[in-house]
Amino acid sequence: MKYIDEYRDSDLARKLVDEIHRVTTKPWSLMEVCGGQTHTLVKQGIDEALPKGVRMIHGPGCPVCVTPLEQIDKALAIAARPDVIFSSYGDMLRVPGSTTDLLSLKARGADVRIVYSPLDAVRIAVANPDRQVVFFAIGFETTAPANAMAVWQASRLGLSNFSVLVSHVLVPPAMTAILDSPTCQVQAFLAAGHVCAVMGWTEYEPIAERYHVPIVITGFEPLDLLEGILMAIRQLEEGRAVVENQYARAVKREGNRAAQEAIARVFEAGDRTWRGIGSIPSSGLHLRPEFAKFDAEARFEVGDIHTQEHPACIAGQILQGTKTPLDCTAYGTLCSPQKPLGAPMVSSEGVCSAYHAAGRGLAAPTAFPLYELSRPRGEAPR
Amino acid sequence: MCLGIPGKVVEIRDDGPLRMGKVDFGGVRKEACLAYVPEVEIGDYVIIHVGFAISRLDEDEARKTLELLRLIDADMVEMELGSMFAPEGPPASVAPPPATA
Repeated sequence: MKYIDEYRDSDLARKLVDEIHRVTTKPWSLMEVCGGQTHTLVKQGIDEALPKGVRMIHGPGCPVCVTPLEQIDKALAIAARPDVIFSSYGDMLRVPGSTTDLLSLKARGADVRIVYSPLDAVRIAVANPDRQVVFFAIGFETTAPANAMAVWQASRLGLSNFSVLVSHVLVPPAMTAILDSPTCQVQAFLAAGHVCAVMGWTEYEPIAERYHVPIVITGFEPLDLLEGILMAIRQLEEGRAVVENQYARAVKREGNRAAQEAIARVFEAGDRTWRGIGSIPSSGLHLRPEFAKFDAEARFEVGDIHTQEHPACIAGQILQGTKTPLDCTAYGTLCSPQKPLGAPMVSSEGVCSAYHAAGRGLAAPTAFPLYELSRPRGEAPR
Repeated sequence: MCLGIPGKVVEIRDDGPLRMGKVDFGGVRKEACLAYVPEVEIGDYVIIHVGFAISRLDEDEARKTLELLRLIDADMVEMELGSMFAPEGPPASVAPPPATA
């Protein structure tokens, strides 16, 4: 058991696709919340193998994509200072701010460093006591325990040269914001497996009940996604709306208690702006007052930066699932992974980037789906 | 960056107050923080996310899922799929469908 190859078996995938075709009698719209799931769906052509009328709406679960432009501009303002070592997860470096990006700043001499773990940023601070080390603490509930640990360690070590630029977002408030939208077309969710590995799924039970929407906690391998889709469609067809767990090998109902406690020790919930979506009440995490001295926004006085998106970019509508990259006039022309206008084209978890990598809507395809189904779309299986 | 990947724990040590270790991803070994998975032992598989283990993978659940997926056919799939997701339920063969969270 390696927990990867077993979940990429193409014979099993074909069986699952057949079963999805067999149980589906009506058109349904499902949203996969997480950008990692979007990437696999598009790369493997899973969304195109579904019955006619079954549509995957790509959700806002790409942390890089929803980090607001203002936070990027604050990062750029801080990183440009000569006394600062700015550290970040690698995906953030090419996300365009209003005028530049972190990678360009680095090329012009700014000390911008990619870290794999936030603890690496703490180590850099320990090793460079005469420099200010700032870590760009972004992400969903999955990175929150790691980012919380970095702040906790800095506090324990009494570091005065370490701070974090926080841009943390939470999944359940975004799901309810999507469901509350008058243009909402989502009838079921595939919830993000790793977010639930940390948080469990008790937060999702009232959402399933209140909105009568099936929620299936789903993993990231092709078989996980197909099975999650099958479970969601079964619920829809049967008129049920509950939380089910496809990803039982990694997710327990109560989640990871130790990680939840670490998050709660360092962060508290508060309003957050999502790039392309706007402000959602209580949808993010902020440092607790006792950790305020680690807040880079206060330390470097960048709290007042306000900015505007590129007019051609429709990332906001794409992140809400009302448009696809193929509806965008800039897609593949003005905007490409080499020269992105908006964040969904930057991150490998961004839907524009996933479409581009799979050659969707481009003259020459750059990738081919794994599942070449012999029968035409929508035809009932034997 | 947000992609969690499964790996096998090959080393565990206490680094000051932090439980740290090494995790093998198909031959590539990386340092990881194990503070959030105190129950993990060498040889266990974990999901690693930005250098932190966030979950121990449950081998029984993993096998159960795969075995039942292999059994899919039009006649028995309803019962099997219904039963395989009972959180702490009885063995799959006797669990009543549909099981929900």
